[in-house]
Parts: sequence; structure tokens; C-alpha cells
Amino acid sequence: MAKIIVDGVEVDVPAEYTLLQAAEAAGAEVPRFCYHERLSIAGNCRMCLVEVKGAPKPVASCAWGVRDCRPGPNGEPPEISTKSPTVKKAREGVMEFLLINHPLDCPICDQGGQCDLQDQAMAYGVDTSRFHENKRAVTDKYLGPLVRTSMNRCIHCTRCVRFTAEVAGVPDMGALWRGEDMEITSYLEKALGSELQANIADLCPVGALTHKPESFHFRPWELTKTDSVDVMDAVGSSIRVDSRGREVMRILPRVNEAVNEEWITDKTRQIVDGLRLQRLDRPFVRENGRLRPASWQEAFATIAAKVKGTDAKKIGAIVGDLAAVEEMFALKLLMQSLGVRNIDARQDGTVLSPTHGRGSYLFNTTIAGIEDADAILIVGSNPRLEASLVNVRIRKRWRAAPPPIALIGENADLTYPYEYLGSGPETLAELAGGRHSFIEKLRAAERPLIIVGQGALVRPDGLAILSAVASLARDVGAVKNGWNGFSVLHTAASRVGALDLGLVPGEGGLTTQQMAQGGVEVLFNLGADEIDIAPGAFVIYQGTHGDRGAHRADVILPAATYTEKSGTYVNTEGRVQLANRAAFAPGEAREDWAILRALSDVLGHRLPFDSLNALRAKLYAAHPHFAAIDRVQPADTASAIQALAGLGGAPGREAFTSPVKDFYLTNPIARASGVMAECSALARQLKLEAAE
Amino acid sequence: MAVRKLAPEEMQPESFSFSSETEAFAEQQIAKYPPGRQASAVIPLLWKAQEQAGGWLPRKAIEAVATRLDMPFIRVMEVATFYTMFNLEPVGQYFIQFCGTTPCVLRGAGDIKKVLEKRIGEQNHVTADGKFSWLEVECLGACCNAPMVQINDDYYEDLTTENFEKLLDDLAAGRPVKTGSQIGRNRSEPFEAVNTLQDPSLYDGSQIGAWRKRFEEQAQPAATGEAAAAAASIPQDVKAAKPTAGRAIESEAADTPAKRAKEGETPVNPVDQKEAGDPSVATKGKSHTEEGAQAAPQSSKSYVASPGKDAVPTSPTTPEAGTPLAQAETRRDGSESKPGVVVDKDNKTS
Repeated sequence: MAKIIVDGVEVDVPAEYTLLQAAEAAGAEVPRFCYHERLSIAGNCRMCLVEVKGAPKPVASCAWGVRDCRPGPNGEPPEISTKSPTVKKAREGVMEFLLINHPLDCPICDQGGQCDLQDQAMAYGVDTSRFHENKRAVTDKYLGPLVRTSMNRCIHCTRCVRFTAEVAGVPDMGALWRGEDMEITSYLEKALGSELQANIADLCPVGALTHKPESFHFRPWELTKTDSVDVMDAVGSSIRVDSRGREVMRILPRVNEAVNEEWITDKTRQIVDGLRLQRLDRPFVRENGRLRPASWQEAFATIAAKVKGTDAKKIGAIVGDLAAVEEMFALKLLMQSLGVRNIDARQDGTVLSPTHGRGSYLFNTTIAGIEDADAILIVGSNPRLEASLVNVRIRKRWRAAPPPIALIGENADLTYPYEYLGSGPETLAELAGGRHSFIEKLRAAERPLIIVGQGALVRPDGLAILSAVASLARDVGAVKNGWNGFSVLHTAASRVGALDLGLVPGEGGLTTQQMAQGGVEVLFNLGADEIDIAPGAFVIYQGTHGDRGAHRADVILPAATYTEKSGTYVNTEGRVQLANRAAFAPGEAREDWAILRALSDVLGHRLPFDSLNALRAKLYAAHPHFAAIDRVQPADTASAIQALAGLGGAPGREAFTSPVKDFYLTNPIARASGVMAECSALARQLKLEAAE
Repeated sequence: MAVRKLAPEEMQPESFSFSSETEAFAEQQIAKYPPGRQASAVIPLLWKAQEQAGGWLPRKAIEAVATRLDMPFIRVMEVATFYTMFNLEPVGQYFIQFCGTTPCVLRGAGDIKKVLEKRIGEQNHVTADGKFSWLEVECLGACCNAPMVQINDDYYEDLTTENFEKLLDDLAAGRPVKTGSQIGRNRSEPFEAVNTLQDPSLYDGSQIGAWRKRFEEQAQPAATGEAAAAAASIPQDVKAAKPTAGRAIESEAADTPAKRAKEGETPVNPVDQKEAGDPSVATKGKSHTEEGAQAAPQSSKSYVASPGKDAVPTSPTTPEAGTPLAQAETRRDGSESKPGVVVDKDNKTS
């Protein structure tokens, strides 16, 4: 720790802090454009100038360490000033230079109202320009379907270049030419090849990079902001949903150090148009092979008639990937009251189940915990596609000091180098048998991390593979006091919540696959759209979009998406998070729990709650850990892997394949989105080009 | 700075691959840097690729360099676009870089520019026969011989409209041309009355090391007292011929006319005086690179190898990457160019 005096306030900060960080610790605000906490220091905007006592001229505080400051003549702590007239004058000079070439088009600029340059010009700008030459003109660049450019506005802070190279790990962007002619662009103006690219528009401190899909649609001050949580993958990124009236206008990341830092994937951000396209806005009933609009009463009556004439053994319920805990709980209670045991929330067929303990299906290490791992083994997963922000954490870990990383599964580009061990269970067996050199690195590691993905678990021999991974984890000491290195990576936002609720087949119950293949006569489908249901069964689909599930349905109950209801989601770590309602569902669509409550009345098994709060009270009574919002309830992993390892079994020989084939089209909301379709087409094209 | 841009797609060659010579050069350059730091060699490689591609860098050449150095394309493109010595559009067989900075302009560069515009056309434009293109650049550091142009790797100085026209004619016709000054003066010495540096002993090698030798003979180590302490504090291998800033020097450093006068000698040796004034040995109008002219013998410690002697080190001047300093053939700590430092292979302090 080092002492430093900032504007007369003495603070004690770590010596490796920069002056800017020290100033912030002392409560002084320092304007900046190029500096960003999560990126490397560039020091090229010069806006953060401060005065250091004894230095002949102002220094850029973002690039000057506290330890580099000289103490006073009598050993006093170094002293800096962030508010002196010199500093103000220096910053005004910098601002004047920045504004020389910056166009005065704020009224037509999408950044207006959320622009760092605009805000800081209020403090440091002068009202006139002394510059009489022509302004610089730069041609706009094409960067793909998500980022619109207006390069005249660029102030060359290079945040976008640093983000793509450092965090996203795709060195696509760069600064060509030099001096006044410098231009930010991608190589040959190709579209960016990252699933995190839209973050560069958030990072841009001016309006040079803005979000293309939402451009010219709103002003930031018109929007109602709602804190929520993302459901596109099982990471559960913290987001802010901005809406105007009934319509969600945009989704932004929220800072959450434990989960997504401050990035979100393009899918999380840009499915906004999918929230209003192809929506189910009224109930439908199939008559003579065609779906026709119906009233709620008609729909419920049709269901009741069917259910009452069917044996409970021939009724089943499956749950999709986007369901919140509340409706899954309501569905579970409803099915229990009907005496139905065929209930399964694992539409991808994963073998994870609460019977082996909660530690057997959580990402026990936690996402932030990845940064402490000193050897990483990934089994049957492509984290870049399945959980991009987990991949960002692994990359962050790799950038800090590369640990040994190895992968068994698809040999994909994960943005960091890794040792490719093999593609399937045989390699895993070889590794466990000590016939691979990587096992030494795992054994030598103090905090080894083993990530097992759904690619290894959604197969008939999944349990044997999970058992093999668990025994490997036990052998290398991945689970011990103070470290928990056995982690399951999920791909569906609803999955952990469903497993916590115990939404797996009861005794003698059928699994999702058995139900879908004709094991039941009446199937209640709560938003499962990634599964084919064989003809024959009477399907009640409760969901949001006219997707695969709705096409197969006999009765459609229109429901609300995650932005239109208040719902609890549990991410892959087991972190309980709350999504809040930002808008209302379209037409006659209702919140899911309310539909189930109304249906239960018609079926004659009224659910014991009349409001969301009453439902939650029941939920929390039955499962207390759901009440601990934003926290992870630790699980007993040691006994879980002991139990798993004891299962044994013979794994097959097939190679692991990632369940996420197309990152941009994994759920009904994304499939309804035009932006996602464009991204998907572009990604396929890039993949083809890369394969050439 | 002139506006630069990438060559249009139709001008870009289909492919580019390193020739064996370029590849050998690349290996040599990359070997200079530790493993994993091969990207440091990007500028030499781009330079060589430009040479191979005929004076400019096609996109494929940039990509080839990037692939060779395991760098993303954009990172190499950044370098290639940053430095103006990399031409991104095709240039003529004779690429003329015309100096348009103040000293040249004062000496008539404007006329040279007119010649270029008349004979070649505008800047960045290759003549129909592919022979010439030109570009105005900033100072090339030959102001003494202004105006000047650089054509490919050579300087052509002291240009006039006439001799520049003739130079271009000769180049176009493929006739041999003279590099350097076009009016026959030697390097940048005064081009009419040569009054200095006429002593022949300056050129026969007798002066090399003489100054130091005389100093070494005359310098007496201080014996006792403060002077001895001061002398002891001087590093042993101090460079005597250089002023030792602030240190006490007991003995007078050199044989100066003032000292000789003080000691009652003739301040200037009449023989020296006579020799120096002898016009028959003056170097006026005589080229040092003339045939038969002997290059000045040099100290073996000089960092400039003299072509006439065996002073050329047998080992490469650059040690192989990874060689420990102590085992290197030559020192690379800067002392190799200093007189009075004996290369001590055992690296012991003497």
C-alpha cells in the first residue's frame, strides 16, 4: 500500500494503482475516453490529465502509477491535483483538440444523451472553435449487421480495437494509417467474427460505433429501465431491459462481477426484435387439423375434456429451456395434484438429475472462480458457443498467466490456445488411466478445474461419462477443502432451476424422449421448442412464439417471455436471479404461472395461490434456497462426485459434439429475430470462408 | 503526407509466396528474436517482401508476412499502412522519391518537380511503360547536395534540370548512371574551392591511433596523495581521448602547439607546415573511390570493417540468438566499438 494525497485528501492505495484509480479511491472524478478498467491502458486520449506536484507538466493519470510518483522533499506522500486551474486548462485544451474534427451532429447522433464526449464537453468544452480549416472526413466502415459506424465522429480511443483483441479474442479490428489519417477498421472491412462484437458499441465513448438494429429508433431518455437477467444461455448475464410503452427497445449489460462483468453476448442483446415477431397473442385450438383462434375458456375447456378422460399414467409434462422457476413450480404442483409422474424438464435428454445431489449438476467452481483455476480440462463442450461469457472468463484467466488448458470434444477455436486431447470418451478413459501427459498437469495443479458440457451428457451413455469425469475429478483432487473444481456447464436457462425443483420423472415416470415418442396420450408442453413430438399425442403448448412446439400443438396457450414476467432463474452456477417485468405480453397472452393457475381451476385441482407473492411464499417454503436472490447456495460436491464416480458404466465410442450447432438460433425468441437470422447467415459464411 | 490507399483489387496479384531468398532472409531476421517474439521481425520482412514484389506491397504479400510471423492480418496491415516507406500501390521500375523540403526547394527543387511532372506525370502514377513513378517526400537528409532525389535505393544529388533530364534518359534507356552527385563532386565536400582536409597524412593511415598512442606514452600515473586517489577513482579503461568530464587530469593530455611554445619548442613543426601546404598532394578533385586508391587502414577495433584488410571478423557480427553474452564471439554491450577495451572472452574483470 502506498499513501498519496489527492486534492488534499490522503488515501492509502495499492502501489500498483494508477493515479486515476487512486483519484477515484479518493472520490475525485477524472474524465477519460480511452481508459477502461477491463482493457489494457492506451493513454492516447489525454483527457485524464492531472497535476503531479513536482512534475513539470500535467501527466496522463491513467498511465502513471502511484509507485512512480516521487515523494516530497521531506518524505511526504506524493501529491496530485485533479481540480487545479492547470488541470482544467489542460483538459480544456485536450477537449478543444478532440472537438476540432468531431462533427457537430449530436441532434442526429444515436449516442446523444448517453455520450461521454457530450457529457464531458459540458464540463470542459468551450463554446467556440478556433479551428478554421476543414474538418477531417472519414468514410464509414462496414463492420457487420450489429454495429453501425460513423467514423467522422471517431476520436481514436482504440477501445474497440482493444476489446476485440483482448476480451473477445478475435483480432479483427485495427487502426490503419497514421496521424490525422488514422482510421479504425476491420481487416478489409469484413464483418466482425465475434459473438461479443456489439459490446464495442457500448464501449465507444462517442457515436462512432452505434447499435445498428436499434439505430434511430429512440432517445435514451425516453426509455424505462428495468433490471433483469438474461435467459439466452445458462450464464444468466445481468441485463437492463429498456422499454418504451409496451415495447422492449433495447437490452444492455449490467455490471455483475460474479457473472458477466460488463459484457453480454450479441444474442442476449439483439434478440429484441424477436420479442415482438411471431408472437402468440391469443389461444388457439386445433380443429379438423387446423389451428383456429379461440378464447381462453374454449382452450381450457378443450384441455379439461381431454385430461379428464385420460389416465394419469398417460399424461405427461415437459418443460422448455426458457421457463422460470415459478411456472415450473406451478406445473409441478398441478401435475402432482393430477397424479402425473411423467414430468421431465430435460428436453435435450441430459442425464443430470437431482438424485445424485445438487453438487452433481452445478458449475460448482462459479464463473468468477475460473480466475483461480490453475489447470483447466474441458470435456464435451464448446464454451464459446454454449456460454460465451464463461469462455471470456477462461480467456481472461489465460491472459493473466496461461494455465494448462486441454479439451476433449470438438476441436473448435475458443480464442485461446489449448491442448487438444481427443474427441470422445476413449480419450477421457485414456486420460483417467494416466496414459496422457495432461493428467500430470491436472494432478500437479493445486486448483484443477474440470468443466463437463452437455455435449458429453446428452447421450445415452451420458451417465457413464459423467461418472468417469467425476472419478477423474476425485482422482486429481479437484474437490477439496477450499476448492471445488467439478463444474457442469449448462446450456438452458431453466435447467438448474428445474433440477432444483426436482422436475424429473417420478417413480415409473417417463423421460422427455419417451413422452415425445408416443409414451403419453396428453402432453403438456411448457415452451419446449427444440424437440420433435411424435404424432398421436394430444399436445397442449404453453409458450410465446409460433415455433416448432406451437406447430405441433393441439391447444396453444399464449404466454409471456422473460421480459414480460417476473421470474426466477437459476444459472449454471446455481445462482438464483430475478428477471423483472419490463413490458406486457401482447394481446391475450398472460404470465405463465397465471395460466397454470387458471387451468388448474378448470381441471378441478385449484392451485393453492392467487398471486405471484403467494406462489413465491409456497416456493420458498418448499425450496428455501430460491429466496436467496443473487446468491449461490453451496452444494455438497464431494459426496456428489463420490456418488457419481460410484455409478461406473461403459461409455460408448462416439465423439462429443456440442449441442449448440448455431449460436444465434438456439431458442424460439432468437429464431423469430431477423437480426439473429442475419448474424447466423453471416457466421455460416465466415465459417465456410475459414474452411477454404 | 500524401494520401495513401491500398491498390485496387484488379491490380492485386493473385498470390504471393516468399522466394527462397526472402525466406532465408526471414529466417535470419526471426532468429534475432527470442522464440515467440517473431512478430518483432515484421518490418524487415515487409521490407523484403516489398523488394520481392517489385517495390510495393500487394495485399497477398502482407498476408504472407502475417502468416509467416503468426500474426493477425490486421496487425501487419497496421504496420504496413503506418510507415510511408511501404508502397501499397504499384510503383515504376524506377521509383523516384523527390525531396520537397525547404533546403532542396531553396536550391531549385521546384524545377526538378516540373521535370518530373512533365516526364512522368502526376505523383503516384506509373508511366505507361512501367519505368517510372514518383512521389514527393520529406527531407531525405542530403541537404548539402540539394536538390536531390532518391531512385530506388540510391541518392542522386546536385540535380539541375539538364542533368536530371539526362539521368532519366539514361535510366529509361538502360544506360549505366552515376549515383551520388551529378556534378562530379566528392560526397558533400565544397564543390569549388577545396581548402580543408588536404594533408595527405590524413589519408595514408598514419594518423589513425597516433593521437591516442601519443597520449598513452606521455600519460604518467599519479604517484601519491590526492592525485593518486583521484587517479584511482578513475575507471581503468576510461577512454583517454575523450574529455573526462570534471575529473582531475594531472598530466597534459596532448602535444599541443601551446604546450610546445611553453616548453620553448617551435609551436608548429616546419616540416608539418610545409607538407600541409604542398599543393601537389592536395586532394582537390580526387575521388577516394577511384581505382587503385587505398582505403585508409583502420584499427581492428573500429566498428567499420575496412575492405582492404583482414579486419573483417570471421564470425557474424550478430551473435546467434540465445548465445550467452559470455560466449558470444564479440561483445554486444557497446564496448566493441570503444578503443582501449580488449575483448575478454572469459569475461573476467581485469
